[in-house]
Amino acid sequence: MEYNDYREKIGLIKQGTLSLTSNVEGFLSRIEKEKHLNAFNFVFKDAVERASEIENKILEGKAGKAAGLVVAVKDNISIKNKPLSCSSKILENFQPVYTATAVQKLLDEDAIIIGKTNCDEFAMGSSNENSAFGPVLNPYDNSRVPGGSSGGSAVAVAANLCDVALGSDTGGSIRQPAAFCGVYGLKPTYGRVSRYGLTAFASSFDTIGPFAKNLNDLTLLLNIISGYDEKDSTSQKSGEINLTENVSKSTIKIGLPKEYFGEGLNPEIKTRIEEIINRLPSDNFEIIDISLPHTEYAIATYYILTTAEASSNLARYDGVRYGFRSKDSATLKDMYENTRTEGFGKEVKRRIMLGTYVLSSGYYDAYYRKAQKARRLFKEDFINAFKQADILLTPTTPTTAFKIGEKSTDPLEMYLSDIYTTSANLAGIPALNIPVGFDANGLPIGMQLMAPELKEPELLNAAYLINKFL
Amino acid sequence: MDSGYEAVIGLEVHAQLLTETKIFCGCSTRFGNPPNTNVCPVCLGHPGVLPVLNKKVVDFSIMMGLATNCTINRDSVFARKNYFYPDLPKGYQISQFEKPVCEHGFVEIETGNGSTKKVRIKRIHMEEDAGKSIHDLGETTLVDLNRTGVPLIEIVSEPDISSPGEAAAYLKKIYQLVTYLGICDGNMEEGSLRCDANISVRPKNQKEFGTRTEVKNMNSFRNVERAIAYEIERQIDILEDGGKVQQETLLWNADAGKAVSMRGKEEAHDYRYFPEPDLVPLNIDENWITGIKKSLPELPDKRKQRFMEQYGLPEYDAKVLTAERETADYFEQVIAETKHYKLASNWVMGDVAAYVNEKKINIAEFPVSPKNLGELINLIQDNVISGKIAKEIFPEMIETGKSPGEIVKEKNLVQITDTSELEGIVKTVLENNPAQVEQYKSGKEKVFGFFVGQVMRETKGKANPKLVNEILRKELSK
Repeated sequence: MEYNDYREKIGLIKQGTLSLTSNVEGFLSRIEKEKHLNAFNFVFKDAVERASEIENKILEGKAGKAAGLVVAVKDNISIKNKPLSCSSKILENFQPVYTATAVQKLLDEDAIIIGKTNCDEFAMGSSNENSAFGPVLNPYDNSRVPGGSSGGSAVAVAANLCDVALGSDTGGSIRQPAAFCGVYGLKPTYGRVSRYGLTAFASSFDTIGPFAKNLNDLTLLLNIISGYDEKDSTSQKSGEINLTENVSKSTIKIGLPKEYFGEGLNPEIKTRIEEIINRLPSDNFEIIDISLPHTEYAIATYYILTTAEASSNLARYDGVRYGFRSKDSATLKDMYENTRTEGFGKEVKRRIMLGTYVLSSGYYDAYYRKAQKARRLFKEDFINAFKQADILLTPTTPTTAFKIGEKSTDPLEMYLSDIYTTSANLAGIPALNIPVGFDANGLPIGMQLMAPELKEPELLNAAYLINKFL
Repeated sequence: MDSGYEAVIGLEVHAQLLTETKIFCGCSTRFGNPPNTNVCPVCLGHPGVLPVLNKKVVDFSIMMGLATNCTINRDSVFARKNYFYPDLPKGYQISQFEKPVCEHGFVEIETGNGSTKKVRIKRIHMEEDAGKSIHDLGETTLVDLNRTGVPLIEIVSEPDISSPGEAAAYLKKIYQLVTYLGICDGNMEEGSLRCDANISVRPKNQKEFGTRTEVKNMNSFRNVERAIAYEIERQIDILEDGGKVQQETLLWNADAGKAVSMRGKEEAHDYRYFPEPDLVPLNIDENWITGIKKSLPELPDKRKQRFMEQYGLPEYDAKVLTAERETADYFEQVIAETKHYKLASNWVMGDVAAYVNEKKINIAEFPVSPKNLGELINLIQDNVISGKIAKEIFPEMIETGKSPGEIVKEKNLVQITDTSELEGIVKTVLENNPAQVEQYKSGKEKVFGFFVGQVMRETKGKANPKLVNEILRKELSK
């Protein structure tokens, strides 16, 4: 790599020592070379032309804040006149007629979109094996999964196929693949980034967030895509984040929720994280043991609520107006059934069925309503925890990247790989994966930091500081 | 009912709101545009789109809530109603379920014998309309999504209605309110006002409700009455024959004059309602409600009362004039020109209404301006023209839009009120008809009318009839 972060990159371009066009061409040829990783569903060759336009703007001093930043976008986010597949057959040949707010903000700041990344179908999965485009491979070990659902985005960043990437996180879909691939990945506060243009999986959980190789680029990307959007009623106002060496408070209180360090956690990950905690100097950090007592119900609650919302969100893929339609159906009902049977993959169908069931008359109170109540308990857990601690520190995943096919036959086992990540989505709070080293097999280990709602500035600054002691 | 049974009826009325744009996107709501032109990614349900609530829809809902004495809920929640149909692009309709915007209201309706009855309103909620499936163009079904996302309110009554007549009176009341408020055009044929009925019957002394059916597709006031009467009779017949009423949904067929089963209980949809996660709960604060309260127009019952008190009109007149907002508005514009309220009322209820009904136009489109009608009434009352002349020139006013003063002047129709001139004419008439004078004097008073007619003929109808009468009596008694 010719540069460490975007700040360095733009400096080199301005100096004339780095050509943006050849930089983009370089990424395109790396994508070609690393094709076996299957990180991209669609690659945009026209990025080179845009690079030369933006290069001129940069040299004329007229360019935006992300000029020449090369971004890969998860293929469940709309870009006008580019394909949108959500890695599903049911959106075969579909091209959106509008651009997602987050992407538009990047384009307005002169970023370059290099392609759409592979993911689990409709962002449902933790291994990127549920894709109509085939599985994505972990760049550290091609026999292993990159994590999911934003596996393609994580790999694109990890394998240096772009500068940064956008993913989406509903229950860990940014943080878990970031952990498996050794990159930074942030799930922002729910509503910090507009969801307009993000294909809905579970509307009250979904977030768009950044992947990057370093915190500077992650912060830049987050700053650009954040903010209230009148097209998204659930979006929120948020301020600019400045990463700084100066700690605003004398000490940062780091909470360690005991439920995240118990049974099921791979000892190597545990050891590595404890090692880091021990290294944090006590004049900057105070370490507190805390409890998030409802953690054991997180996965169950998460799967009831997200599948309920998904069953409704995915009803629009019916073959009537766009995307795939099964041929030669005799009746309307047949057309619906055949289209959805042939168009959706196994995991998506499983979740639609589960969601339909929990919303059904007679079961609603026992499942959906109860899970809504449980969700409030998780929020309270975090409110209480943040009365004691500024930041919570946990492992991101219970294991490092697992083998392709290892869990694909056991959905429960697969769901448990999100055990440390779903709570942040239930509570709506921001959570970050920091790559913190490797296990004995050379596979990346991820550490998660969580902060209260909209406290991304504190979260990223804490990460910035912790980074110095890795 | 003399059958020994009584009917229990509840109505669900959908009113399409007259907002410029749709409930969750910026598309036009205009009726009659080419199919699938009032659409955007949001109302088409493309992947990744989100609804944004049109505040005007909330305004209109609060207006209707206040007009029907409802509680306006400070917090209300949108919910998804899930079902598959080609004219429903998202596979769900955004509606309200557990927390509607308005609840617990009532309206008063008039029952046949002049007494009134309260019908309770259970709830009013906001929702989006579905598109239109067109089945009658060849073998395929076509879908027009212009209507998708047009705002609706659904007004649900409690089962307080006991006859087809009451149902019609209730629906007319709702019609009157939405049109007075200006939130719906009330057009049942075009579907801007739709009504479904839940109907059951039970023996008069029974407390429990009978099994109910739902009747849909009644697209006129008359059909609502007919369909409900049909269904009550059908249910009674079943019970009389010892059968059981099946819970089902029926479609009214106006041409056949009967309701046919659409789906039974076992085919009923499970709509899987749940709170719409794409919209935040709606908070309506006191200021919002106060603002709407201030902007409310005078409602029909109050206006009727005021017409009686302020203008001294009989109750019948006040009721007819205030039945429709436009009629009442027209009347009040007329009496801005004239103080002769009762005469103005007679004209608006009589000649004006006759024309408007015959031409099937809205009174707002009536060609005679309220100002001109007011002037006409003044001309009559000031004895410038007779009532007869007024009726004669009225069609010309309609035709040309000219003022009555202008027409009277052009045609020289000013009433003869000059006593000496009329005396001369009366004398000539009496002189020319000695035989009739004899008859009159011998007690055949009917001939009096003949003399009046003769004078009118001589004056081409311009003579002041009151004066003619006076002079005739005076001359004949000589």
